[in-house]
Amino acid sequence: MKIVVCVKQVAVLGDEVEFTADARDVDPDFLDFALNEWDSYATEEALHIREDLGAEGDEVVVVSVGGAHVEDAMRRCLAMGADRAIRVDHSRPADPITVARLVAPVVQRESPDLVFCGVQSSDGVQAATGTALAELLDLPRVAVVTRIEWDPSAGRATVRRELEGGLLDVTEVDTPALLTIQTGINQPRYANLRAIKQAEQKQIAVVSPAEQGEPAYRVRRMFAPPKGEGAQILAGGPADIARRIREIVEERLK
Amino acid sequence: MIVAEHLRGELRELTRELVTAAQQLSGPVTVAVIARDPTVFDVSFQGVDEIVNVPLGQEEFENDVYQTALEALIADRQPHAVLLGFTVNSMGYGPAVAAKLALGFASDVHGLALEGETVVATRSFYGGKVDAELEFPAERPVLLLVRPTAFAPAADGGNAPATEFAVELPPARARHLEFEEAAMGDVDITTADFLLSVGRGIGDKEAIPRFEQLADKLGAVLSVSRPLVDAGWMPNARQVGQSGKTVKPKVYLALGISGAVQHLAGMKTSDTIIAVNTDPEAAIFNVAHFGAVADLFDVAAELEKLS
Repeated sequence: MKIVVCVKQVAVLGDEVEFTADARDVDPDFLDFALNEWDSYATEEALHIREDLGAEGDEVVVVSVGGAHVEDAMRRCLAMGADRAIRVDHSRPADPITVARLVAPVVQRESPDLVFCGVQSSDGVQAATGTALAELLDLPRVAVVTRIEWDPSAGRATVRRELEGGLLDVTEVDTPALLTIQTGINQPRYANLRAIKQAEQKQIAVVSPAEQGEPAYRVRRMFAPPKGEGAQILAGGPADIARRIREIVEERLK
Repeated sequence: MIVAEHLRGELRELTRELVTAAQQLSGPVTVAVIARDPTVFDVSFQGVDEIVNVPLGQEEFENDVYQTALEALIADRQPHAVLLGFTVNSMGYGPAVAAKLALGFASDVHGLALEGETVVATRSFYGGKVDAELEFPAERPVLLLVRPTAFAPAADGGNAPATEFAVELPPARARHLEFEEAAMGDVDITTADFLLSVGRGIGDKEAIPRFEQLADKLGAVLSVSRPLVDAGWMPNARQVGQSGKTVKPKVYLALGISGAVQHLAGMKTSDTIIAVNTDPEAAIFNVAHFGAVADLFDVAAELEKLS
């Protein structure tokens, strides 16, 4: 049994922002990086299934797209317990369809029983890469999954798909399949120090990108969003703020 | 062309918003209704030029079925742009259609314009902290998933002609079995006049009782953002946001909530929003009426002291 988990190292923007000279992206000096939150749940879910059902030789394989620096996020997954990692070497920012085209041949070669992606990335919020990848791999798919019951011998899984308002759609899906994993499906484990040290020693396979075709979009201009009318700022220290909050609440609840 | 969004026999308000979004792109607006009996949904809104009914052998959404139907519609009608809602259903097939047909694509789009013949879409990046204008490959249709509540709903009173469009459908590889309602909680946050809402900023589970007590003291009901539900600290019934409850209290007091798009979708129409956050750039301040840049624990401590 093999599960491939597609993960992304996301950019986290702090309090301040400046843009690159061509105004098409944020100046990377203003970004921090982390493993995408959704992908830590996807990795945990794969590890959990491997531990639950697994036998000798079963594997959880992590795949990511990016330059060498994204290996930090991949090593997080290795430290959690993933067996192998493959990086598609592509350092420019890419739209979700292009990312799907970049990882598709790598995932195809692995012939996994399940493919997991996070529902979305915290920096892009497109919620599209997984569904696009399923199409390129010709796999059945379910998006926004919060529970998985998989019977490998029957060739299908019963999953819960989380709709708006918390409504769950119980869906039966043929496997192999691609599922996009929602936060809260499990509690991702913390890697201990020893596992982190060991993950640093592991080899990450690097493959060259395949032909990816025309991008699905190009960023023409990136800018700070126009502020709405904006909040009226409550000045002063915490005590002043608390008093003003109480006044406003009392007045508005009248 | 837009695809009507419906769930359990009810048309979603977002369908009207998609009509308004489509009107930003000039050309005629076609509404496709994919359902067991599409005629039960009244999509004859102002601004709609044509309704295409696509009858199915089933009521509920399945992504293979919608994908096949939309691909057939695109082949037949050759639209310049296809607009779907940025919803869980559309996430399940929209990007697949875009990948297969090599369309221009973006999701969570909240602004649209036509410049000459060129579609320009605006969406956010980096957790909503910056916006970007996107352009798309020339000579190809675009498929865009549009953010709910970003466009005004189209009004009733259109008179577009309806035609039927038959599609040969494949057996679905992912099949709807049944719906499960989220468990009802001990309180209904959608009926409260005053919500005190906390998020990840409270740090750990041990802090929950403190904020429950503070809510009691203030006469508020405690609600939370998604991370606290994911962590298992609070039940789903207390969650505000797209995947939780949509609330519209008289006062919404957000302590340490940064304002992810999915959270804002669930509370931004509250009568009065007061936000406290240490990050002056937090997105919650864009929808708040009153804001304070401060530590939530400091403000909570002062609120506790007030009699």
